[in-house]
Amino acid sequence: MTPDLECADLVKQFGETTAVDNVSFSVPPGSFFSILGPSGCGKTTIMRMIAGFLDPTSGDIRIKGGSVLDTPPNKRPVNMVFQHLALFPMMTIAENIGYGLRRRGMAKPDIARKVDEALDRIGLPGIGTRKVDELSGGQKQRVAIARCMVLEPDVLLLDEPLGALDLKLREHMKVELKALQAAFDTTFVYITHDQSEALVMSDQVAVMNDGRFEQIGTGQDLYYRPDTPFVAGFIGDSNRWKGRIERSEAGTVQLRTDTGLAMRASGADLAEGTAAEIYVRPEAIRIAATAEALSTFDNQLKGTVTSLLFNGAASRVLVQDDVGETLEVTLPQSGEFASLQRGDTVHIGWGATQATCFGAG
Amino acid sequence: MRSQSRIAFYLLLTPLVLWLGLLIIIPHIDMLLISLRERISFGVYETSLTQYEKALTEPLYLRTFARTAVMSVLATAITLLIAFPVAYYIAKMAKGRLQQVLFMLCLIPFYVSELVRTFGWMILLRETGIISNLLQWTGLADQPVELLYTDATMMVGLVYTSMLFMVVPLVTTLESLDDSVVEAGYDLGGNGLSVLREIIIPHAMPGIVSGCIVVFMLSLGNYLTPTMLGGKDSLWFTEMIYNQFIVRSNWELGAAFGFMLLLLSSVIVWGMLRLTGRTLKETMG
Repeated sequence: MTPDLECADLVKQFGETTAVDNVSFSVPPGSFFSILGPSGCGKTTIMRMIAGFLDPTSGDIRIKGGSVLDTPPNKRPVNMVFQHLALFPMMTIAENIGYGLRRRGMAKPDIARKVDEALDRIGLPGIGTRKVDELSGGQKQRVAIARCMVLEPDVLLLDEPLGALDLKLREHMKVELKALQAAFDTTFVYITHDQSEALVMSDQVAVMNDGRFEQIGTGQDLYYRPDTPFVAGFIGDSNRWKGRIERSEAGTVQLRTDTGLAMRASGADLAEGTAAEIYVRPEAIRIAATAEALSTFDNQLKGTVTSLLFNGAASRVLVQDDVGETLEVTLPQSGEFASLQRGDTVHIGWGATQATCFGAG
Repeated sequence: MRSQSRIAFYLLLTPLVLWLGLLIIIPHIDMLLISLRERISFGVYETSLTQYEKALTEPLYLRTFARTAVMSVLATAITLLIAFPVAYYIAKMAKGRLQQVLFMLCLIPFYVSELVRTFGWMILLRETGIISNLLQWTGLADQPVELLYTDATMMVGLVYTSMLFMVVPLVTTLESLDDSVVEAGYDLGGNGLSVLREIIIPHAMPGIVSGCIVVFMLSLGNYLTPTMLGGKDSLWFTEMIYNQFIVRSNWELGAAFGFMLLLLSSVIVWGMLRLTGRTLKETMG
């Protein structure tokens, strides 16, 4: 099947700086694709090139198989939901949604019908005559999407559209966006710096850093099987060590950290003696009162609780081990550790498969 | 406490009341009274509408009145047409330092008195002036060309004088237009013209209306430019008021002219607001 959107060896340079460095990806029809990266990594530049506001220095952009490099933005079969939505404040909601249809020269009664359909679709029937500033943040969001969707674009681009909303609404809109995407059955390309937005909504996520794609995969891939140290560090939190490989066999390595801890981790193609970095997620570490409860884990440590970081479901404890390092460990909310206090001695452990190891330099 | 704040309120109000009363209301009432009287003989006056009758029946007066109105509207329209792209460039295309420099360049001519600026035009455009000489030197003209004293020259002068007062409000409103709104206009299928018509101009409307009102009033009340650059046929209504007051010492007719001008500018400003569907409050506030 022809991908809806395909970028091949895309490069964009601004003077001496390379904002987008040789990026290639393809998005299958009807899927939700996210580009996730810190601010300034070049994701907005990619988006603006796809929309046609910037010309790539080299490379190609294909939509439904055909190159759109020579197509101006107003003729491309892509539409964009802008970061601050960019609804037209001088028009009513119906005029906003009908704008693109008017540009296509559609007859007035057809426009009115399409606008009503779109308003029904986004669950806001009958608000057509209102002004933009009379709507709430979430309603504006939906209108901005409807304004694009009435044009039935091949690809809808969304440039951090949830950034301006408050936390509660953002959580709600994540679910809603996913539902809208399914309802419209259109390919969405979503850019964000918020990993939870990307992981929750997307079929595929590309993690971007410094103009390059570090990894493209499902949320699970990125979280459980990061390809690069950047992805491991960027998606979720991690406890990190630097160390040296002592033994390597069949995807499992034994290594010793610079602080002297012996550890077993997973990591392929790492020769003995190479320097490595180990990432272990706080939620992958099991905490227990006795060493026996952890006997099945490859790595076991004893430590002292130095701090309790209460944050509801995401509460953690800081545990200091014998050599003086501090690890973050997720605190299970099942009740057994409700009485845990600073200074208590605990046992922690994790499996080798939960510890990801990368060659360092 | 209450009475104290009340005293403060009246104290603060006093300068405004004095300004309005002494400089605007009292002189205008006096002018109205002067315009409504007729001189019978030395020191003897009678109330009548003769002055207005004269003003409205004498073809020269009426023609000048209408000409001044039409030319001012035309000058306002030309100023808007030239200032809009300039303001758009300054507000949206120019970045950082260039933007400040361009804005300053618009402002700099106004450091010089209007009289001196008008003389500048005369140096350029007179028969022995720079442009005339240039045309002869390049062979495009075989004798000195007189470019002064025509309606077109006067129009150039009026537009030049009013430029800044159109550019400033336009730059201010256009700067507040979010770039992404313009981009969204293109993204959803608009071309340059439709984005201009449906997005940029509606957004800039407050600036357009207030700029037009100021420029129109400045042109209508301009005395220097029409007098110095206009020809003997381009009589301006303000020149007629000056003539009646100073040359003829006919204050009665001069005052009547003054009131007609006030009425004219009020009617046209009101019409402009009606036409664009805006209220004075929206435009000024």
